[in-house]
Amino acid sequence: MRYLPKSDLERRQMLETLGLARMEDLYAHLPNEALLDRPLNIPPGKSEYEIADYFRARGAENAMGFANFLGAGVYSHYRPVLVDTVVSRGEFLTSYTPYQAEISQGTLTSIFEFQTMLCQLTGMDVANASMYDGSSALPEAALMARRITGRHRLVVARNVHPEHREVLRTYTQYERIEVEEADYNAESGCVDVKQVESKTDDATAAVLIQSPNFFGVLENVGQLAEIAHAKGALLVFLFTEAVSLGLLEPPRDADIVAGELQSFAIPPSYGGPFAGILATKEKFMRQLPGRLVGQTKDANGNRAFCLTLSAREQHIRREKATSNICTNQALIALMATVFMTVYGKAGLRELAVQNLSKAHYLGAKLKQRFSGAYFNEFAAVTTDAQAANRKLEQRKIIGGLPLKRFYPELEDSVLLCCTETSRREQMDEVARVMAE
Amino acid sequence: MTYPENFRYTKEHEWVRVEGDTGTIGLTFHAQKELGDIVFVDLPKVGAKAEQGKPIGAVESVKAASDIYSPVSGEVIAVNETLATAPEKLNADPHGEAWLVKIRMSAPAETASLLSAADYEAYAGAE
Amino acid sequence: MITKVRSHLSQNEPLLFEISSPGKQGYQLPELDVPEVDPAAALGAAYVRSEIEGFPEVSEVDAIRHFTRLSTWNYAIDLGLYPLGSCTMKYNPRINEQVARTEGLAWIHPYQAESLAQGAMEILASLERALLEITGMEAITLQPAAGAHGELTGMMLVRAMLEARGNPRRTVIVPDSAHGTNPATVRMAGYEIANIASNDQGMIDIAALERMVTEDTAALMLTNPNTVGIFEVHIREIAAILHARGAQLYMDGANMNALAGIARPGDFGVDVMHLNLHKTFSTPHGGGGPGSGPVAVKQHLEAFLPKPRLAKDGSQWRWNYNRPQSIGRVRAFYGNFGVLVRALAYIQAHGGPGLKAATMDALLNANYLRKLLEPHYQIAYPAPSMHECVFSDSRQAARGVSTGAIAKRLIDYGFHPYTVNFPLIVHGALMIEPTETEGKRELDAFAEALIAIAQEVEQQPALVLEAPHSTRVSRVDETGAARNPVLKFTART
Repeated sequence: MRYLPKSDLERRQMLETLGLARMEDLYAHLPNEALLDRPLNIPPGKSEYEIADYFRARGAENAMGFANFLGAGVYSHYRPVLVDTVVSRGEFLTSYTPYQAEISQGTLTSIFEFQTMLCQLTGMDVANASMYDGSSALPEAALMARRITGRHRLVVARNVHPEHREVLRTYTQYERIEVEEADYNAESGCVDVKQVESKTDDATAAVLIQSPNFFGVLENVGQLAEIAHAKGALLVFLFTEAVSLGLLEPPRDADIVAGELQSFAIPPSYGGPFAGILATKEKFMRQLPGRLVGQTKDANGNRAFCLTLSAREQHIRREKATSNICTNQALIALMATVFMTVYGKAGLRELAVQNLSKAHYLGAKLKQRFSGAYFNEFAAVTTDAQAANRKLEQRKIIGGLPLKRFYPELEDSVLLCCTETSRREQMDEVARVMAE
Repeated sequence: MTYPENFRYTKEHEWVRVEGDTGTIGLTFHAQKELGDIVFVDLPKVGAKAEQGKPIGAVESVKAASDIYSPVSGEVIAVNETLATAPEKLNADPHGEAWLVKIRMSAPAETASLLSAADYEAYAGAE
Repeated sequence: MITKVRSHLSQNEPLLFEISSPGKQGYQLPELDVPEVDPAAALGAAYVRSEIEGFPEVSEVDAIRHFTRLSTWNYAIDLGLYPLGSCTMKYNPRINEQVARTEGLAWIHPYQAESLAQGAMEILASLERALLEITGMEAITLQPAAGAHGELTGMMLVRAMLEARGNPRRTVIVPDSAHGTNPATVRMAGYEIANIASNDQGMIDIAALERMVTEDTAALMLTNPNTVGIFEVHIREIAAILHARGAQLYMDGANMNALAGIARPGDFGVDVMHLNLHKTFSTPHGGGGPGSGPVAVKQHLEAFLPKPRLAKDGSQWRWNYNRPQSIGRVRAFYGNFGVLVRALAYIQAHGGPGLKAATMDALLNANYLRKLLEPHYQIAYPAPSMHECVFSDSRQAARGVSTGAIAKRLIDYGFHPYTVNFPLIVHGALMIEPTETEGKRELDAFAEALIAIAQEVEQQPALVLEAPHSTRVSRVDETGAARNPVLKFTART
């Protein structure tokens, strides 16, 4: 087998060293009743050619080559070639968590750069080395808010991504935390500020909002932070469209920022693997879950980096750790790091402006469900979203997300997203079909 | 290392020095040695309530972390603020300069349940 | 004489922010084919940021040199043995990388219609079938994003099932040899931890377990083979003790690389377990992730699995959201699909017979290293090793040299160190897992290095204590990093 670098001769030599006759003797001490008494019912090994062929065939069954107007937490942005060039290097791809700093400075340095750029983008003081994804970063932010405030209630905006809210419920159900939802304003699409105000009280650990929210509409972060802070609660800010940070005012008034970095050169890949992040103010640094890289010196006084503040983590704190999280998403975070590097200060803004311009081009042709300002996705009113999507499918276009899937009351609405990859003639086609 | 005769000790490696109704709390020489280079000390705020045997803070080294259990019950009346910026003092002078908190004791008789210097030394040595 | 390495130029490279220069760019966007929108007009000036202060400005050439130089400062499996115990650092086949990047797989949006994602769903179903066959379990979710995430999912399943039976119970028993994630997980699932001490063979003490398990016990969380690399030979009795009192047996599948094709948890009494696809099934560790932590269960836990679940109507796959007893989602969408693709490609490459052959080679390599090293290092437990072997530094510690220093010295010999100081029940542990993807030559060189270090400890301990000597940075000051945390770059003014 090509992944097993031993000849049978070497195996025999090694068995001889061990004083064993057969490979099976290596596990002869296992109780008989625990052993599998037949071969695995999995076909014999395949060649590279056959494997590539199988996956190519499966890939062809997934609307390959279609234009795509879906957003809703996963965005189709162009991936600069450098991204895969860098993450394909074996030194990044086939290394592990940089416990041994002296031979892991490559990974450590890139994570330090990642943390720095995430601070610059979010306006926070400290960012961790990444989480599984945005949907699990949100409950981790909520649990962090509980540790900081000692309170047990959460107020979450109903226009936070519906699946992220589901994950929040799953994580909190056995932690004795109450989750209450604040509805959105039916006219603007923003969270209903009055509801947030009335539901936030002295037991509230955090108010959780998303901006741009699930409908693509921007929230007034300063105002919501004021409401939360007036009751001694924290404001948790979630973003799912990272490109928006290139253009929008960073959420400086938030206490914890949870985010999804998929937009930064991470392929949609049917929903994963992605990378989430948590960032916060310096005073809450020790309550952050996940890995952190810090700057230090080596014995000769040279700058060096290492994992730090590990005493928060499960391998030291065990049941008293800030979270059970072990790995970060280093390789995915590296994709985001390369993406941020390639676009840089001017590029990220230009990219964001292109997204804004394209979305507003299509948005102007359709009837808007909400009046609030939007970045690169918006809810449009349509008579029959399903029928429109079927027609678009004929033209090799995947249309928007019918919102009734998550919001029964929005039966007539569809969520559409445009990015720099959306072409004008395709947008015209979408507008034409949806007007039919 | 000699353990001061006038302190009382816990099996969790804290010490208390009693003056009137005030107990000064610290970590033992043995504890800081086991932890190694101490990098962070998490202490309660003045006014916090302490209960004998319950955590009042935590101490962290690079590779380990440990809760600090209060040897006595009462109210925290002073906190050693210098440890926030100079945790290494806990390694240098655990029985003196690097005391952790002072507690106004609500049940001074509790100290009777604690170990003497000789008993603690024997206990720490055997561990 | 160190045979594996000699010195080599390594380039200096400042941080991105230090090579950045105003006006440089590494991108070019296509010309906008729609009218450009003025952000302040569209969004309101208050919502629009000023420039991203400090953000890098570099050219494409700067960027590729930067990351390539950084990469050369890492050790990696592609450079040699990476024997981190419990991490299963095996070769990552490149065909897996290629197929995961297939256009029709990498660009599937999770919300495109099910009719337009049949290929993806078929891949998931196919992987589910293979993993169930390998584990002997009855149902599986691919949703969890990593091992610890799988643990949390698994413990929540136990809790939901016990709640449905009327009493969630209070405690979960965790051996003192367990990974730190286990107790941290137990607490997140709302349980108290009861620690059970290992016996003098490094295994669960059956009599102690018998005394500990009560009607209040929700589960035992067990790694098998355990973290000292020993198969719990009384596993059937352990399961029987738990089941007699209505408790569940949870298996941490971190060490499944010792079992694939040889023994199946489903056959030896396990009720629920997680797998680490980035360990056993060779998806790349990538400097710390992404991973994937599927959770496999017996039928009595199936109803509680995260939603949605794959279902088939005739020839069409669909997602079933109608799962009233489900614990809910543990993450958005369906799991780390890109990682799952790689795992299936790995299973296809090996096939059933290949998976068993790989397991046997993993056992052979660990036992071979144990045999070569046993004269020089103290083996932690006499019981036979499976896929990893654990030594104690007791002989070297007597000379003032700990496992941590030996690990650093190993770097000078051209190897990544083993896992240091874990499991906690072994004093100064050296935990060595070579995996099956090492040849005899690499193993011999590794053993030679550790034996040479054992001699250095006797003859010139200072050489070991001050290691590494040949890396581009010398011993890194982790204490200073923690005392004075600097977690981002700040420009000097």
